[in-house]
Amino acid sequence: MNFTTIFTVYTKELRDMLRDRRTLLSMIIIPTLIMPGLFFAVGYVGMKVVKKARAEVPSVMLLGAADSPGVRNALEGFDGIALLPPSDDWRERISNKEVRAVVEVPEDFEAKVAAGEPAAIQLYHYEGELKSGLALRRLRDFFRDLRTQMVETRLTDRGLPATLVKPFDIAEENVAPPEKVGGNAIGGFLPYMIVILCFTGAMYPAIDLTAGEKERGTMETILCSPIGRLDLVLGKFLMVLTASLSTVACSMISAAISLTVAGSMMSGSAAGSGAGGGAIPLLHPLGLIGMVGMVLPFAVFFSALQLSIALAAKTYKEAQSYVSPLIVVVILPAVIGMLPGVELNAKLALVPVLNLSLVSKEMVSGVFNWGYIALIFGSSCVYAAAALGLCVRMFNRESVIFRT
Amino acid sequence: MIEAHHLVKTFKDKKRGVIRAVDDVSFTCAPGRIFGLLGANGAGKTTTLRLLATLLKPTSGTAVVAGHDVLRAPLDVRRNIGFLAASTALYGRLTARETIAYFGRLNGMTDSAIRARTAELAAELDMDEFLDRRVEKFSTGMKQKTSIARTLVHDPAVLVFDEPTLGLDVMAARTIVKFVRECRARGKTVIYSTHIMSEVEKLCDTIGIIHGGRLLAQGTLAELKATYQQPDMEEVFVHVVGGEKEAA
Repeated sequence: MNFTTIFTVYTKELRDMLRDRRTLLSMIIIPTLIMPGLFFAVGYVGMKVVKKARAEVPSVMLLGAADSPGVRNALEGFDGIALLPPSDDWRERISNKEVRAVVEVPEDFEAKVAAGEPAAIQLYHYEGELKSGLALRRLRDFFRDLRTQMVETRLTDRGLPATLVKPFDIAEENVAPPEKVGGNAIGGFLPYMIVILCFTGAMYPAIDLTAGEKERGTMETILCSPIGRLDLVLGKFLMVLTASLSTVACSMISAAISLTVAGSMMSGSAAGSGAGGGAIPLLHPLGLIGMVGMVLPFAVFFSALQLSIALAAKTYKEAQSYVSPLIVVVILPAVIGMLPGVELNAKLALVPVLNLSLVSKEMVSGVFNWGYIALIFGSSCVYAAAALGLCVRMFNRESVIFRT
Repeated sequence: MIEAHHLVKTFKDKKRGVIRAVDDVSFTCAPGRIFGLLGANGAGKTTTLRLLATLLKPTSGTAVVAGHDVLRAPLDVRRNIGFLAASTALYGRLTARETIAYFGRLNGMTDSAIRARTAELAAELDMDEFLDRRVEKFSTGMKQKTSIARTLVHDPAVLVFDEPTLGLDVMAARTIVKFVRECRARGKTVIYSTHIMSEVEKLCDTIGIIHGGRLLAQGTLAELKATYQQPDMEEVFVHVVGGEKEAA
């Protein structure tokens, strides 16, 4: 191994790549701009939609209640809704979003309630529709309050205290530290993003430096020079690794900045905090550093693997068709790691990608299971070394290098 | 000096089985001489030259290039050869100067030696005007000159040319032919593969006719004409490979 030669190849590839608009786009510009773009666009649109929905007084239709004046009067006096006269096409009007919800009061409702017989108020709504959901929530609160009032009146009439039906209150308080809450909330999502970025960041340079070079005819040119295949592979590999890690770094820095800015913007806005978007999840700082350390062997693994696969192709397009589908294989374990209830154990610690996803979730929550961390880091290094070994082997195969 | 001893290279093909791309090829080329490897497409020229340049390993036999065995010391062989082929392209996003420097560094040259050599080659090949421009915007002629400079940067003792004029226009092809002659004049050992008869007649001191992986005949143009009693190189070639059908 000749470090000077490896460095020569690496610096040349780096210069070459930095002059390539497509690489710069895929490696730096898109990941850096996409993150804030996503956060701001999603946050802004979400805030606007929720604010608008909250500001609207939902139109609600009342069916029945002719013989229940108490309920009718109470609903008419409720300024949280706009009451509409009944019509036969109410179901269609809900579907058409002309009416947000319908309240059906059964015949003799108040008489049944007074007699202590069972009675039910039926609420009709459009499931999954934001404004209909808000109307439903308001109606639920309204009827819950009405029921409580009735119960309290009955108890008072009988000279009984209100605590008879409500002997105690339930108070809730979160005692988990903010980083654990944050770790739980986005701890699964963060490694998922990192894994995808790591993979996609390496994809374009891996193809360009192998199949791309074969197609352009520069592979034979470099092979004629007095450079060992191992040095050539390592120089190219380091370039792909740089691209992979740069993509992750650019995206993460950009995400952190945009999350902070978007979070503070939303916490300053009443609508934003009302929608629950104001709090920025805190992550354990040591966990974050640990996660970065764990990502390194994965970046090596992905870079070497993609180089090996792309090298087997004759053309850039062929390499793309081999490498692109791999993203599904990479995303799947990362998604499994995001699922609630999937916990880290010795077997899962050996499954690439899934192990990173699970251990990162724990680490950013401040949980450090050192045995598993060592096992995952060790196994990831073994996978990375195997992928790099495969890459060197592929570069030494005449049938691969001169496959035209 | 190039000495090829019973070189054999076989490939496995799923449909055709084992193919002997180079079959027992032996020849010698001395310094200050041009050995022309003449053959039709698929005759085994490129494979033979790739064996000499250590891009491929021989299945059997060996070759000694500039005093180094291709099997035992492939890196030393590559340090002493310059390989130029129609298939050896340049990096489009590098300038001509950066290209020359890159290959100089890979050949172990120091930065000052590279600077001096670049200036020398630029003057010789009339490259000063485009030395700091990116290769991707070059004309074919400029690319050829840059390729030549890349091949010569480390001043190799042996030069291997694999159909270097393929696809070039007349002027670019003339640049190459002139350059090959100059290499001979400087005492370099030159091996030149082509299927163009006129190039062989103009350039080569010794000619080897390769067909089906086998070197069927070798000698000077005069010797070949005399041996096969043919008026020109084309007729010699057709005669050696066994007639019009085989030559095609």
